[in-house]
Amino acid sequence: MNWKLICKLEEIPQLGSRVVHWPERGKIAVFRTSDDEVFALHDKCPHKGGPLSQGIVHGKRVTCPLHGWNIGLDDGQAVAPDVGGCKKFEVKVENGLVLIAE
Amino acid sequence: MIETAKVHKHAVVIGGGLLGLEAANGLKLRGMDVTVVHLGPWLLERQLDEVAGKMLQKSLEDKGLKFLLQKQTEMLVKGESGRVAAVRFKDGMTIPADLVVMAAGIRPNYALAEKSGIYCNRGIVVNDTMQTYDPKVYAVGECVTHRGIAYGLVAPLFEQAKVAANHLAGYGIGRYTGSVTSTKLKVTGIDLFSAGDFMGGEGTEEILLNDPYGGVYKKLVIKDNKLVGGVMYGDTADGPWYFQLLKDGRDIHDIRDSLIFGQSLVGDVGHAGNSKAAAMADSAEVCGCNGVTKGTIVKAIKEKGLFTLDEVKKHTKAASSCGSCAGLVEQILASTIGGAYTPAASDSKPMCGCTEHSHAKVRKLINDEHLTSKEAVFAELGWTTPNGCEKCRPAINYYLISTWPHEAKDDAQSRFINERAHANIQKDGTYSVVPRMWGGLTTPAELRAIADAAEKYKVPTVKVTGGQRIDLLGIKKEDLPGIWADLNAAGMVSGHAYGKSIRTVKTCVGAEHCRFGTQLAMDMGVKLEKMLFDMYAPHKVKLAVSGCPRNCAEAGIKDVGVIGVDSGYELYVGGNGFLQLYRLEGWYLERTCHWLERVGLDYVKGKIVEDEDGRKALYAALRKALKDAKDPWATSREAEAIKQFIPIKLEA
Repeated sequence: MNWKLICKLEEIPQLGSRVVHWPERGKIAVFRTSDDEVFALHDKCPHKGGPLSQGIVHGKRVTCPLHGWNIGLDDGQAVAPDVGGCKKFEVKVENGLVLIAE
Repeated sequence: MIETAKVHKHAVVIGGGLLGLEAANGLKLRGMDVTVVHLGPWLLERQLDEVAGKMLQKSLEDKGLKFLLQKQTEMLVKGESGRVAAVRFKDGMTIPADLVVMAAGIRPNYALAEKSGIYCNRGIVVNDTMQTYDPKVYAVGECVTHRGIAYGLVAPLFEQAKVAANHLAGYGIGRYTGSVTSTKLKVTGIDLFSAGDFMGGEGTEEILLNDPYGGVYKKLVIKDNKLVGGVMYGDTADGPWYFQLLKDGRDIHDIRDSLIFGQSLVGDVGHAGNSKAAAMADSAEVCGCNGVTKGTIVKAIKEKGLFTLDEVKKHTKAASSCGSCAGLVEQILASTIGGAYTPAASDSKPMCGCTEHSHAKVRKLINDEHLTSKEAVFAELGWTTPNGCEKCRPAINYYLISTWPHEAKDDAQSRFINERAHANIQKDGTYSVVPRMWGGLTTPAELRAIADAAEKYKVPTVKVTGGQRIDLLGIKKEDLPGIWADLNAAGMVSGHAYGKSIRTVKTCVGAEHCRFGTQLAMDMGVKLEKMLFDMYAPHKVKLAVSGCPRNCAEAGIKDVGVIGVDSGYELYVGGNGFLQLYRLEGWYLERTCHWLERVGLDYVKGKIVEDEDGRKALYAALRKALKDAKDPWATSREAEAIKQFIPIKLEA
């Protein structure tokens, strides 16, 4: 698998995110949890397309800023009773750098 | 029974409880001559007081039922045909009977426990941790007797199960100390409601409304200015509201005059409540934000077995956006599940799913233990999630920075996006920008700068807001720092149109220009707005100043309103220290009106109007908290802060 450099880990705030513009794949939200795990989702809530990158991150979930749906960071799926999902991207942290699978 | 009703005439129902009355009514409708025999002094004596019981009896008698009260059955008399022919009572009286229905109540099934040698007395006897006499064995539910009471309802079972589960899991902190229950009954189409200590007695006072002709009876039992019980017959719409007052232990002396007439006459502040829930049609829209009808809510409650407001919110989305219909949804819940609904006292409702603790408890602890970080709060109070959720984090962050200003560090990641981006997120993910116009005043130079910025950033919509300023809508997040820089350069700062914070001070033109003006409304509005700049609060705060009683600035409907009169100013509500008291004691996302309703105007008067030293201390604390307030638009353009606005661009 080929990996593409996004940024340094420290450039994403803990319990926060950064938006990545990737011409072929659109907007991707890259999240960092409190214990420095990193996840990437298509920046579009399955409910009404809200920008998940702007939500509050807690545990391994993000709350969409538009209508409060909770989305699992590790699977891109809405937390019950809501139903829906958004695309997940493979990301990893190596030597303090965040990489995304091409 | 139905078969018997076709061919026989005389029915005797033994037991004037709920089931007995329903059976009696059914048999009567099938043409039988029905007599209800009841041992008690009046019908439903465990749910109703004597007056309501007699009213119920009267209305059932009007339907043709007959009653024999305080009669003890001695034997059933066998007739020639071999089936029952009569019922004889201990006093010697005999009445004819072709059918006898025994509805003498339910009895807990505790045979298993008894056989195992566990002590029982009209139920399995348990202590406050739900342990039986054999501490290795726990029991909950209808089979137990706790402090001499066996509960036949589901709500106390939930409370018991919670305590038992806590104990089993080794968190031996919970104790079950009994439940205050309410009963909502519908006996053959007649509405009944009772809760708490509805009989009253020594040390209690009663408020009565008795309209025997109209078929309405209400009794409220009050002790030390608090509602401790009530019974209602005929009109039970306000039952859930009374029950909530009872659970909250709210001091009712200020609403005592009209309490008996129900919530609509006391007045529902905001639209927190509405006692029409039961009467609403299924097609009526309850939640205007998400288009949820009463029928949808009732269906979800029944099909999914929902018991709490939070569950209804999650499953139906009703009351999950602005929350103004939460009171109504709660009433629908109460009227749908009846006695199974037990609202928690508002003070003790958990903040969110991460904790058992209430807003009140968390606030107190942050203050008493001098906690200054969310991590300390989570550790101290045993949060069940690693870093809270979208509900508790913003609340805790607010409590920390309002309790310990200049000491607790504001945590950006615990703030809703609007307060991180200092702009309002819109449905398409763009933002709206509102520069502050102090007191609604502006200048040609400011307007020119706004027009220039609107053109430069291709703002698609420019709108005048209700708070007397201008909203620029449809701005991309990455353009925010740029447009702020332009507006800052023209001397404008953030209008905080996005925050749980001071929003605007609306003014009329006042004595500055108006021929009717008695006071300088614009001048005062500008001073107030400058004094409160960057003030965060539990919810948004809006003020208004009118220069005369014509009240063109609509000051009467703001969080704090000032109306100038010839002799000075009238305040609705307000005063030095008022907003600081709200900042320190309001719960997060509780607006001033709901806070006032919760604590009572008298409490606030006591703290502000009648306590000069306290008022001065509050005012000083507010000034201290707001000193060195900086424009967040300027500080968000600094090197570290600006990063969140700039997307990372990957090469193709």
